[in-house]
Amino acid sequence: MSHSTGQHYVGSHDRASPMNPRETTTTVKVDRDHRVTIGEYTSPNARIRCRDVGVFYGEKQAVQEINLDIGKHQVIALIGPSGCGKSTFLRCLNRMNDTIPDCRVTGEITMDGQPIYGEDVDVVPLRAQVGMVFQKPNPFPKSIFENVAYGPRIHGLVHVKSDMEEIVEKSLRRAGLWDEVKDRLAQPGTGLSGGQQQRLCIARTIAVNPEVILMDEPCSALDPIATAKIEQLIDELRTLYTIVIVTHSMQQAARVSQRTAYFHLGRLIEVGETAQVFTNPQHQLTEDYITGRFG
Amino acid sequence: MLLGVAAYHLGSRRARGLIKPDGPRLHSLPGFYGYYLALWATLPAMMVILLWLLGEGQIITAGALAALPAEMTQGDVNQLSLLVNDIRNVAAGSGYEQADTVIKSAAERYLQLERQSNLLLTVLSLCVSLGGALHAQRRITPEFRARNQVEKILTFGLTGCALLAILTTVGIVLSVLIESIRFFQMVPITDFLFGLKWSPQIAMRSDQVGSSGAFGAIPLLTGTLLISMVAMIVAVPIGLLSAIYLSEYAGPRFRSTAKPLLEILAGIPTVVYGFFAALVVAPFIRELGSSIGLDVSSESALAAGLVMGIMIIPFVCSLSDDFINAVPQSLRDGAYALGATQSETIRQVIMPAALPGVVGGILLAISRAIGETMIVVMAAGLSANLTFNPLAAVTTVTTQIVTLLVGDQEFDSPKTLAAFALGLVLFLLTLALNILALRIVRKYREQYE
Repeated sequence: MSHSTGQHYVGSHDRASPMNPRETTTTVKVDRDHRVTIGEYTSPNARIRCRDVGVFYGEKQAVQEINLDIGKHQVIALIGPSGCGKSTFLRCLNRMNDTIPDCRVTGEITMDGQPIYGEDVDVVPLRAQVGMVFQKPNPFPKSIFENVAYGPRIHGLVHVKSDMEEIVEKSLRRAGLWDEVKDRLAQPGTGLSGGQQQRLCIARTIAVNPEVILMDEPCSALDPIATAKIEQLIDELRTLYTIVIVTHSMQQAARVSQRTAYFHLGRLIEVGETAQVFTNPQHQLTEDYITGRFG
Repeated sequence: MLLGVAAYHLGSRRARGLIKPDGPRLHSLPGFYGYYLALWATLPAMMVILLWLLGEGQIITAGALAALPAEMTQGDVNQLSLLVNDIRNVAAGSGYEQADTVIKSAAERYLQLERQSNLLLTVLSLCVSLGGALHAQRRITPEFRARNQVEKILTFGLTGCALLAILTTVGIVLSVLIESIRFFQMVPITDFLFGLKWSPQIAMRSDQVGSSGAFGAIPLLTGTLLISMVAMIVAVPIGLLSAIYLSEYAGPRFRSTAKPLLEILAGIPTVVYGFFAALVVAPFIRELGSSIGLDVSSESALAAGLVMGIMIIPFVCSLSDDFINAVPQSLRDGAYALGATQSETIRQVIMPAALPGVVGGILLAISRAIGETMIVVMAAGLSANLTFNPLAAVTTVTTQIVTLLVGDQEFDSPKTLAAFALGLVLFLLTLALNILALRIVRKYREQYE
């Protein structure tokens, strides 16, 4: 590496100077319209394939021409400034955008080769396969046990009470919450702390045995200790699930993900191995973002 | 009053004129000094006027009576008040020719005293006003904290208004309570609360026939409950389901037209509902009943309850809709993300979350149904039957209060006093329901703060 990120924190007058270290790197500066995604967007063992995906809210296009593969058993982080379309794109993957009126998705998204958009696709099993954890912890106003048991119950996964207890315990254990709540499963889930609530939501998602977990800024409402716990949990869950995480914290993206995708104004600018994107970004926008010049 | 307004303008202007040339920085804006002065100029004077007007009447009357010969003022209280009325009438100019000379002279004395009193009041209030203004003016210095003082006085004023509202309520409750206690001195409270027969016919003369006089409130309460129950059976499902439709299924355009339309239903005067019930619904139900061989009275609890239910639908619907909308979107997202369908989400996540609020709203609706008068007066009838058959005629607490107080009555007969006792029961009933409802609603609100 010919430069460290620290050098980029000098004042803006530095940009025009010939001493600018950017001049000496391999940064790609063609592609002024950002039409082409830089980096390897395909994946050899893709679980989800997105081709030419666009999202419209009414007339306004929020996301356009996204091509991205999401590989098995890895964590992919979606980063980018606010309003760049990363959450919108995330919500396409389990068709949560269906609940928003006037929202239209174009292009093709397949999961294990099967298209997820289409007349004959049932969203209920899709959402059981692709779970989602939200920005703000949103436990149901039910007991801790019922929060976790709700998913398996509506999908008819269990018929015996002891099976349900087993699933609840397993899910809570995987979410790292079991030891903290095992004595008060009957208490309301809303009574837990913010970090515990978020892990409860993760346990609730795990309980339906999904293949992919979507996380939309799961730590933005949490304190650093709770954040560290969730990040550790994400790392552990990687062995069992495919995880797509939207985050505003670049440190978090660097810590938990294997691949990173940088979004800007509704387009996917750059995607690649996390280490490579953070240490040697190819696109100038990516570099500006991760070095803190904007966003 | 005019004096007060004049003082206000004078005060604020003088304060401004006085303040502006001052060199050092003022503590408050000049306007606050103006307000301060104006308040001092008006409030004490108004207080004096108020006290004067309260006391004035008695003093003047006493003065006028003193002008009469002693033997005329020896009579009892009733005679005396008649006399005073005479004097006042003559003083006001009516029947001056017919009045005898003694009364005339008393009336003249009355008028004279009144003139004196008015003059004195004007002078006194002017003095107080000027004194207040002077006092305030002397205190005005750049360091003086006029803003804090004005705010304090305003706080007192607002507190006073709030207290007035509370005191009025307390006054109403106390008057009902006292009259009820008078009633319970004539009729034992146990007879009233647990008596099974309601027949408030009291002999106005001792030789009158057909005067029973049984004051058992149970038939009235069961009638009220019966009608309210019918109303809730109509209103709760329709109101709740339409609220669910409006908040979860309906598109924004339909919602924005349907909700105001429903709220128009709430704006219809209850009298209109009343004759709708009496002239349309009741005969319809009677004919329907007779066509399938049921004996339905022409004034049935069913008719009154049905119409009352229709009246309450917008109430239930609009409250439930608010509470369902208050359930955070994140809960819906959470359920959808787990693969729940829309109806599963509504039944298993949204309704449990909104339930306490909805129950509170329904309780408020019940207390409205219990207090409702016009519909039952017109459609439910007057016969106090102790029955739970919705096809029979029943009567309610509110209807009986109306019938007890309509017409010529002495205000100390048990018959009229019974109305107060019924009012008290009704008041306690709805109060309890409202407290319960508000408590539930508040608990629900806290849950999502």
